[in-house]
Amino acid sequence: MKLPTLREVGTETKLLLIGIPVFIWTMVPIYHMFLFAISPKEDAFSGKLWPTHPTLNNFNIVFHQQHYFLRDFWIQFLNSVVIALSAGTLTLMIATAAAFSISRLRVPGGRWVMNLALFTYFIPAAFLAVPMYRTMGNYGLLNNHWSLILAMVTIASPYAIWVLKQASDKLPVELDEAATMDGATTLQLFRLVYVPLMMPSLVAIGTYAILLAWNEYLYAFLLLSKDTEITLPVALGNFLAADDSPWELLMTTGFIYALPPAAIYYAFKRYMVGGLTAGAVKS
Amino acid sequence: MAITLSGDHAIPSPPLSARLTTPQVWGIVLLAPYLLVFLAFVVYPVGYGLWLARHPASYVALWHDPIFARAAVNTLIFLLVGINLKMAIALFLSGFFAQQRTWIKWLSVLFILPWAVPSIPTILSVRFMFNPEWGVVNQLIFKFTGEDGPNWLNDPTVALSMAIGVHIWKSLPFWTLILMTGRLAISHDLYEAAEVDGASWSQKFRYITWPSMQTLYITCTLLSMIWTLGDFNSVYLLTGGGPADLTHVLATLGIRYLRLDQLSLAMASIVCALPFVLPLVYFMMKRLSR
Repeated sequence: MKLPTLREVGTETKLLLIGIPVFIWTMVPIYHMFLFAISPKEDAFSGKLWPTHPTLNNFNIVFHQQHYFLRDFWIQFLNSVVIALSAGTLTLMIATAAAFSISRLRVPGGRWVMNLALFTYFIPAAFLAVPMYRTMGNYGLLNNHWSLILAMVTIASPYAIWVLKQASDKLPVELDEAATMDGATTLQLFRLVYVPLMMPSLVAIGTYAILLAWNEYLYAFLLLSKDTEITLPVALGNFLAADDSPWELLMTTGFIYALPPAAIYYAFKRYMVGGLTAGAVKS
Repeated sequence: MAITLSGDHAIPSPPLSARLTTPQVWGIVLLAPYLLVFLAFVVYPVGYGLWLARHPASYVALWHDPIFARAAVNTLIFLLVGINLKMAIALFLSGFFAQQRTWIKWLSVLFILPWAVPSIPTILSVRFMFNPEWGVVNQLIFKFTGEDGPNWLNDPTVALSMAIGVHIWKSLPFWTLILMTGRLAISHDLYEAAEVDGASWSQKFRYITWPSMQTLYITCTLLSMIWTLGDFNSVYLLTGGGPADLTHVLATLGIRYLRLDQLSLAMASIVCALPFVLPLVYFMMKRLSR
């Protein structure tokens, strides 16, 4: 066995001196949430780093809606799922059509629309929220799931169009020419050539839009208010208003709510990191 | 069934359609859904909002509201301190995560978590950790010193620093990842040549890493500024703008006025931020649409 040299040991130590604080900094809030989720009420507030009697009872209470605050847990969970999936699907449809139109069909004014989309991408979301809230009221969509779905589509599609356009531009023009020579109509070109070739980017963008809608708090809390209409993050925020909130149940619900995005992120990591980081900043 | 690409084949009668080829007509049809969304949910709200903010009286009222001045200062602190600190740490950590080690690869998988999970449960978790009575931080302080810890979120300076900390916690992974991509693009030969010449760690950074990454770093900083201006969660979920409305930033202030049903003030406070936002947006659009 080869012994490490003194220099190698030194480098490794320096790296560990960075790595350990980074690990602690990253994990503490997440671990704290997990700790609450597996602690019985009396253990949760004891300041211990591991509960004396770890339990899954909190999950049991949440899943069976056995608390006043959790009466509508499953319907709120379902609302989150429906809104995230609808926003994801709609964004994907609108953005794919637009990117195909701008990049492959070179529609007149396409570049102009692209710039408008980029402009929207840069409006800080909290700034658009104020006028958007009033507009949804004017449209009569407040407290209707469509308001949140459409708001999420508005926020997600500029970035989606931009990333998809970058990816479309990389496909060779010869493909379109060959397909047209073979007698393909524009729609056939879209369906049979374009969409299959764009699959990896479409997966990345669909995932991005779904996560964006699932994680959204501000718009959800402004646009929806009825207990049976709100999404999970709004329900979590409402816990805060009460004086006697059951924090261990709140953290358990939060943990359940945070699991799907983490799982989706790790499942699609290959597509997302490449697609999103390349899209976010072109160096 | 062949549809030709050339314009001469199209229907002759109306002048516009004569100039458009079939693919171009399809192009307009396929672009229409986005244009509709843009008109209905960007143009109309923004126009309506600006119309609501048209009265000079709103700006006078804002000017006399001490909470507005405080929020503007807080926003500046958030941008200047928070973003520079975050980007400097991200630059440093991008070098750490670029190291080829199995354990560092595993750490990077965990390091992404704050960015991958939603803000609300994690920020609330931080809030509970610092609860003065039963939060784990003060429990530990009591255990070791026998004294009660401070009421963390009750001091506006501490509370704002913690909101900045939460913001950094959440968005650091993303920027580290971007800067790491930039670092990995630098040719390895440069470093090897420098090592042969006996360059120190700081010399390598100064003469190779920084010049190659400068543009990317500045772009990231500006983009991060725009997004941080819109960061509602870090402040609202941690402090709710309190104590005594002293930790508001512009993103939460607009919503505060909205909740108080002072819509024209809400819009006016956002309009006040536009002179700072628009140049940034213009610069970013220039860079990205090249």
